[in-house]
Amino acid sequence: MIARLIDGVPPRALVLMALLFLVALAAPLFAGDYLLTVLILIFYFAYTGQAWNIMMGFAGQLSLGHALYVGLGAYAAASLFTHFSLPPWLGLLVGAPLAALAGAFIGYLAFRFRVGGVYFAILTIAVAEFARVGFDHFGWVNSSSGLFLPVKQYSGNDVWHLRGQPVMFYYLLLAATIAALVGCRMLLTSRIGYFWLAIREDEEAARAAGIDTFHYKMLAVVISAAMTSFAGVIYAFYYNNLFPEQVFNISRSIEIILAPIVGGIGTLFGPILGAFILTGLAETLTSALNAIGVDIPGVKQIFYGLCLLAVILALPDGVWPWLSRRLGLKGRGP
Amino acid sequence: MSALLAVDNVSKRFRGLVAVDRLGFAVEEGGIYAVIGPNGAGKTTLFNMIAGVYAPDGGAITFAGERIDGLSPDRICRRGIGRTFQIVRPFPALTVEDNVTVGALLNRRHVTEARAHAHEVLRRLDLYDRREQRASALTLPDRKRLEVARALATGPKLLLLDEVMAGLRPTETDRMVAILRTLNAETGLTILLIEHVMRAVMALASRIVVMHHGAEIAQGVPADVVRDPAVIHSYLGAEDV
Amino acid sequence: MPLDLYLNVAIGGVLTGLVYGLMALGLSVIFGVVRVVNFAHGEMMTMAMYAVVTVFAALHLDPLVMLVPVAVAMFAFGYLVQASLINPFITRPEHSQFLLLVAMATIIANVLLILFGPDAKTVQVAYAFDSYQIGKIIIDATKLYAGIAAIVVAAALVAFFHYTPLGTAIRACADNYTGAQVVGLDVKHLYSLTFGLGAACVGAAGTILLLIFDVTPSAGPAYTLLAFVIVITGGLGSMPGALVGGVLIGFTEAMAGLLFTPSAKSMFSFAILVLVLLLRPQGIMGRRTA
Repeated sequence: MIARLIDGVPPRALVLMALLFLVALAAPLFAGDYLLTVLILIFYFAYTGQAWNIMMGFAGQLSLGHALYVGLGAYAAASLFTHFSLPPWLGLLVGAPLAALAGAFIGYLAFRFRVGGVYFAILTIAVAEFARVGFDHFGWVNSSSGLFLPVKQYSGNDVWHLRGQPVMFYYLLLAATIAALVGCRMLLTSRIGYFWLAIREDEEAARAAGIDTFHYKMLAVVISAAMTSFAGVIYAFYYNNLFPEQVFNISRSIEIILAPIVGGIGTLFGPILGAFILTGLAETLTSALNAIGVDIPGVKQIFYGLCLLAVILALPDGVWPWLSRRLGLKGRGP
Repeated sequence: MSALLAVDNVSKRFRGLVAVDRLGFAVEEGGIYAVIGPNGAGKTTLFNMIAGVYAPDGGAITFAGERIDGLSPDRICRRGIGRTFQIVRPFPALTVEDNVTVGALLNRRHVTEARAHAHEVLRRLDLYDRREQRASALTLPDRKRLEVARALATGPKLLLLDEVMAGLRPTETDRMVAILRTLNAETGLTILLIEHVMRAVMALASRIVVMHHGAEIAQGVPADVVRDPAVIHSYLGAEDV
Repeated sequence: MPLDLYLNVAIGGVLTGLVYGLMALGLSVIFGVVRVVNFAHGEMMTMAMYAVVTVFAALHLDPLVMLVPVAVAMFAFGYLVQASLINPFITRPEHSQFLLLVAMATIIANVLLILFGPDAKTVQVAYAFDSYQIGKIIIDATKLYAGIAAIVVAAALVAFFHYTPLGTAIRACADNYTGAQVVGLDVKHLYSLTFGLGAACVGAAGTILLLIFDVTPSAGPAYTLLAFVIVITGGLGSMPGALVGGVLIGFTEAMAGLLFTPSAKSMFSFAILVLVLLLRPQGIMGRRTA
């Protein structure tokens, strides 16, 4: 398995990855509280970006409603916790299938009825909006008033109940990002991965080569949705409050797609690089503005919009392909 | 030898236009058949019906004893019919090797196995040396051979080639003809090709079907078909030769 | 509940729906010709609405009076956007263009947020609370004028496309890009004109809509989505379809608001979208493509 993972990867890339991994492991020892929250945000977007990338970068389906899966995972785990004291990892066992089902529903509608390309995107937006309005009226999760988890200062870290200090969430998200990376690499180098790439390149030709495109597109959607729901669980237990208006909002969906687009759709490291660039720069910008007494809501979003514009205009394949060529890290495959 | 593919009284209309009009012929196993005719004769529509892109409006298509008309393209491929496209469609961002591996994965679970088979196919098609190049960087003749390789890797019993010689220079045409002939001779692969390049048709086909305005106007061995007055008429127009 | 209540709400819904239809018409025109999925459609509308709010606050001009200037200004904006940003992107993959507009939408929405703050803004016209009475039916003056204005603008647009040489040229582009070039049409210029027209259309719709609703910086996406639901329901590429779809959605929203709860009315629009996709994907008046 290790052989398959590193097959075709140049040695200097492996060394670099090992180094970065060590730095990431040790980071909480050196980072202050603020920097730690920024890092948490970075790995959150790296992870969700990776999950979204499966649908878009691998199977070629543009989803602009991924907040739906975050929200489903978040609300499932959080509400089961507040109502029945169910540990979030068990709540995930409810949330992930729920998200997978939602994804399957969207996929079925889209793929059976030839809703492709940007119409698929519209459909995903519509379903997320439907969930937003729906949850606003869903009494069991406290509707639009919001669902709250008890907040205390925790001295210890209870991973099973996801109650603890930020550093616990950092390591969880770091682990999740790495697991996603490894998982995606395994998928990409497998039969499924080849079929996904074929579908992405030319669906008609893929069908002529015997690939059941409906089946594989559904698989991508369902895997992507289920993966994303885990991020939702973390979201709920990290922020300790959930409002449908915020969780299912289209801005969340757009935030999720930014990192992989900036980093490079369809590449393995794109989402991670993109998350570092975007969140890193955005937070630097906000801090700098705060330092001179400027605190305007909306500046960060404009920054994101401009980044997206810049990437689409200048580096449409994303930063990672360009960077990896420059650094001589390009191996075979993405 | 029995008929591998039987096209029986097949028709297709698009709104008012009759693209294929009660066409019928049978392809024997191990044979190389060609479908020729002027542009707009309905040849590609015929192919698309066999390959599952369209369902015929009338008639039946039988392959290896079972009806296949109306099945989806991927199921038809899984039954054993491979096809190429009139306008080449390799997977552009994938390497030559990966393109063919996709085909090979149809019947194999593991990528290493599939890749090994892909290498075999690439060697046959004279593309092994270019296996690490991106498909989009290939020349047209190479892309055509790549499409054939990909279709071949799926392990078909019947190969449908849609104007695979178009745009090739005579030397390249001869090379492709040689490859196809060897394939047919060594593996017994049945081939049905749509072709305009008569040089290739005469060199390969054991039987020819001539189409015009969606219907068959002649069918038989090459020597006879080429002398058939109706065929000459449809290619050269109404004036006397 | 009494019948006249239903009727009043229904009529109000239909009239509002006409304005929705006008908004969707702009989208239909843009997509039908330029083949760009305008994700910034809602933001273009809120942009125009804020412009009207600002001018109204300063000069107290009725929105209907500002209709033409706003439409002209939005036309210029649309033309510029197409000419400078989108035309260079014609040959790029679909999702590139789409994301370009997503970026634009995000920027516009947040600039509006910074300029105007998050609170809703309205326009209080003199006849805001007037109504007309026919028998037991009561029709809000604002909705009536809005509906009429929408019909007038839509009619003008349809007339332009069907009876002027320029409009015919644009429709030729839509039918056959290469063919249009071959006969000497400057396609890029026509695309820019079309986007401008679509923008003018949505600007006009926004101006009219201010008579009925308020505006917030984050209202854009909901309107974009609504426009898409209408266009898909009414039929892609069908101009009358956009209006029919708009009326249907307006009617459904109003009835849903009455029968269930007002804040859930957008859920019904989405339910309609799903139904349309399931049962008749080409929309009510669209043609089934092969």
